[in-house]
Amino acid sequence: MELRKQYFSDERKDDLKEIGQPRPRSDSLGHVTGTTAFFADRTFPGLLHLKMVRSPHHHARIRGIDLSEAEKHPGVARILTAKDVPHNVYTILTLIQVGPEDETVLATDKVRWKGEAIVAILADSERAAHEAAAKVKVDYEVLDPVLSIDDALKPDAPIVNEYHGQNFYRYDSGACRKVRFGDVEAGFAGADHILEQTYSSAPIEHAPTETTGCIVVPEGSGRFTCYTNTQAMFFTLDNTSIILQMDGAKLHMVGGTVGGGFGGKVDVIVEPIAILGAKLTGRPVSFIYSRHEEMQISSPRAAEKLVIKDGVMNDGRIVARYVKAYIDAGAYSRHSPYGAQKSAAHFPGPYTIPNVSVDSYCVYTNRTPSSAMRGFGVTIGDFALEVQMDKLARLIAMDPLEFRFVNAYRDGDIKAHRQPTEGAALIECMQEASRAANWPVADQYLKMSSAKREA
Amino acid sequence: MARVPVQFTLNGEEKAEFVESGVTLLKALRDKIGDMSVKGGCQQGTCGSCSVIIDGELRLSCLTLAESCNGAAIETTGGLAEPGALHPLQHAFADGFATQCGFCTPGMIMAAKALLDRNPSPSREDVVEAISGNICRCTGYEPIIQAILDASRANSLSVA
Repeated sequence: MELRKQYFSDERKDDLKEIGQPRPRSDSLGHVTGTTAFFADRTFPGLLHLKMVRSPHHHARIRGIDLSEAEKHPGVARILTAKDVPHNVYTILTLIQVGPEDETVLATDKVRWKGEAIVAILADSERAAHEAAAKVKVDYEVLDPVLSIDDALKPDAPIVNEYHGQNFYRYDSGACRKVRFGDVEAGFAGADHILEQTYSSAPIEHAPTETTGCIVVPEGSGRFTCYTNTQAMFFTLDNTSIILQMDGAKLHMVGGTVGGGFGGKVDVIVEPIAILGAKLTGRPVSFIYSRHEEMQISSPRAAEKLVIKDGVMNDGRIVARYVKAYIDAGAYSRHSPYGAQKSAAHFPGPYTIPNVSVDSYCVYTNRTPSSAMRGFGVTIGDFALEVQMDKLARLIAMDPLEFRFVNAYRDGDIKAHRQPTEGAALIECMQEASRAANWPVADQYLKMSSAKREA
Repeated sequence: MARVPVQFTLNGEEKAEFVESGVTLLKALRDKIGDMSVKGGCQQGTCGSCSVIIDGELRLSCLTLAESCNGAAIETTGGLAEPGALHPLQHAFADGFATQCGFCTPGMIMAAKALLDRNPSPSREDVVEAISGNICRCTGYEPIIQAILDASRANSLSVA
């Protein structure tokens, strides 16, 4: 590895002991010998297997649920419905003031996305659980689904989630998260060129090789040990305690090595219902997603629609940026109100622009609830912003890398959300990228620094 | 459910179990014998996490019925290291940062071993082809390919 020590050399001591030296990973010996213990790498006598009955419809009213045939199926130990769940309506971020509670652990009168959990079967074998699940009869009245951001925001759109009352999340600041900096209209009025573009993205599944799951063991002490591959141990503990109305001291969450997560194991979905099953049967319970469930049921990255309007001068300066962002939460909030908020804070990207206006909406549709994934609320925005930057550079016939140098943020610049920039390194990264990619830029850009502006 | 006897060697050790008819080798190895080095990622033959070597051939244990393995010699990553000594592949994966979450690693190592057992000096293309059935979602393919090439060179050095 080569260390380019000329960057920020006046900001640090160069007595590096660890950086630049390879260090063995603490977990590699376990990984290469197959002895690393993942949550599912344990067996328990009397283990029950949990299998969900799920909605085949995007949007439907539930008229009735008939368990009579399923209950008789050999090997079935217990069947759970909404009435078994002490606090059935929840939302994951309630402890950081995201509300209202808007999602059912097990559906009651309505399903709002294709795949929503309705009934949990607990059986002696996976096979018996599958077979019994197929014998549950649910009587649906199918409703019109809302399957896109545009459809959700039409005035006559069906309401996806009644707990919200409209198809978007209402922030304390109103229908969207807003950022206002300078005077964006004045900026557009003085600009040499205006460019407005719309960018859209589809949901993306994390697809970890190890599927989401947990194994729960009821202990003689009255506690429940839950071996889980959650990426969010304390969200899991908090929400399980709320959903089961159970003292947190009774919940012993055991995490550890996660077989790929990428944000896809941040929701609290499998643990509460598996712990409830263990409580009501007194037996260990395993709830592990099949590959089909991992792909179709676990939260993906949200679909987004972004409208970006920029005012740019012929010399390369962006003088105004307006962004309207729509984050498709799917049927329930999960982490998306937070994601849309992050999205608002992230614009206008790593550029210093004097006039910025952002409106970021969290929208509900009858799609699989979306949630965390690697920089959610930011990643798709960055894609759109950088495509927009290339288009702007072309519009004024400027080299796209030099165009970014002109607009790059630097230490001391006030960002649109009013935080001063500290520790910027964009210019230095672009200087290195220019060399590495053999994409030459004019000397004036190679002399620039994030730490200070040219006189 | 009817149970059937099955007998095979696992990493050189005799194993005899009664398994439910129709149960996969993956389940038998994990739940009956307790070899947790074999991972189930998809249970449908697409991810390669459950790869084992049966009579010298790379196989997906999630698509192999346990009862079809009577008399077979089965190898898994759990039995690869000699006491106190890692296999060259294990050394190369650890030294070359070819693991991240670790879930695909045992299957990758089996795919690599099946390759090196029949072709001790593979080309890069041979390695890519050999692990083409194994998914690494942390997308660490380059270090994995390099580790397998490094192991093949270490092997030939030790022979010479």
